[in-house]
Amino acid sequence: MSFSPNIVGFACHWCTYTGADLAGSLRCKYPPTIKLIRVPCSGRVEPEFVLEALARGADGVFVGGCHFGDCHYKEGNYKTSRRMMLVKKLLEELGFEPERFRLEWISGAEGKKFAEVMEEYTEQLKKIGPNPLKGGE
Amino acid sequence: MGKKTIAFLLTGGCAGCEMALVDLADRLVDALEHLEVVWWAPTVADLKYKDLEDMPDKSIDLAFIDGMVRLSEQEHMVKVLRQKAKILVAFGACAALGGIPGMGNLHTKDEIFKTVYFDTFSTDNPDGVVPQTKYLVDGKYELTLPEFYDTVRAIHQVVDVDYFVGGCPPHHEFVAKAVEAIIAGNLPPKGSWITSGKSVCDVCPRNPANKGETRTPIKEVKRTIEGAPEEDKCLLQQGYLCLGPITQGDCGASCPKVGIPCRGCGGPIPGIKDFGARAISAITSLLKDEKTVEQLMEKYPTIAKLFYRYSLPSALINRRISR
Ligand code: SF4
Ligand code: SF4
Ligand code: SF4
Ligand code: FES
Repeated sequence: MSFSPNIVGFACHWCTYTGADLAGSLRCKYPPTIKLIRVPCSGRVEPEFVLEALARGADGVFVGGCHFGDCHYKEGNYKTSRRMMLVKKLLEELGFEPERFRLEWISGAEGKKFAEVMEEYTEQLKKIGPNPLKGGE
Repeated sequence: MGKKTIAFLLTGGCAGCEMALVDLADRLVDALEHLEVVWWAPTVADLKYKDLEDMPDKSIDLAFIDGMVRLSEQEHMVKVLRQKAKILVAFGACAALGGIPGMGNLHTKDEIFKTVYFDTFSTDNPDGVVPQTKYLVDGKYELTLPEFYDTVRAIHQVVDVDYFVGGCPPHHEFVAKAVEAIIAGNLPPKGSWITSGKSVCDVCPRNPANKGETRTPIKEVKRTIEGAPEEDKCLLQQGYLCLGPITQGDCGASCPKVGIPCRGCGGPIPGIKDFGARAISAITSLLKDEKTVEQLMEKYPTIAKLFYRYSLPSALINRRISR
């Protein structure tokens, strides 16, 4: 059986989550690999959430927020961007492939983009295989 | 009331935590009126491991462990002491979090052996000898050494721990309070940290909040080797990456008081699952922009060794993945 990755996604309620909804109503096709968790703002995503998802065996972690300038709380996504730069670096220091984590800005109008990103991310993760922490590689 | 029996075991630590006890000086002597030391090894008393193994189970009222677990011998002794003790305290950063030696979890055992037994400047090892767990001398005498595990663990990752005390080492003023609380039986629920509950910032004389000032974004990241910080002003505000906001302040802000940023030895303030992750969150919230984050990454080539200086073994992902 071919490997189907398990992606944990944190999506901002004001943009990416709405974008995912739109992808659904537009009937855009994307793989059922993503389990989306709605957050009030991408700035609510603590680095601990990302680490915990990976520690518990997610093959990839996705964070989606509003484009710069569009954050409902003005600065949330700028903070996310700064934070996730260090999270990405930390994950690489801990021996993860850079693809294990992905940050994207997707608005509520970008249903198609959401579907494309999920399609592409799933392919990327299929190539690198399961989360090495799951063992049995 | 009879004396309480106590024990100390040094595992993978430097004995600095025991120095902190000795620093109690006359207060330790006073405390000894209520305490009878039945085991203190390998540092203080000339006792053998077997002496501890022979004690009846649960015969020690209170046991302290300082140090982490890297070797099979340490693992064994920690398990023995757990069996013999009614209350077990993980004493100091190594025992409670994994401590400084926990940074070894960013390397494999093979890498560590290569550095220590081959690559260091002072090593002369032409035959390529590395420690073995068993060695036969003259074909008949078997010598053994403990196994060196690939990963450092904190004590609670080996046995149940009743109380945690942070600090590298714990500050002696705080140790005095902790010991008094223990003698009086005035203890929090099992599994808790013994702490004032305040952060380093809360007790720091540099704290802008205590002077009615507000924090402003940090425009430039600085390392302490780049110059002396200004007196009285918050170190973080000056760009020195002080982890005081998320660290338990039982040391009374020892480091910031003398111009050194807090590195987190006191352990995470309550509610934090992963010290390093929360440190990233706290610091990046204050950095002005992405350029400042880039500057941080240039100045600190391995951020895990900054943010998990004392706590990598107890992190959500507690070692580098080896393939
Ligand atoms: S916590 Fe610090 S002082 Fe205590 S044993 Fe470890 S390294 Fe030494
Ligand atoms: S960040 Fe450091 S220097 Fe600033 S108030 Fe907190 S402990 Fe003191
Ligand atoms: S200021 Fe921080 S690093 Fe220094 S002793 Fe206190 S807790 Fe430890
Ligand atoms: S509200 Fe969408 S990122 Fe802040």
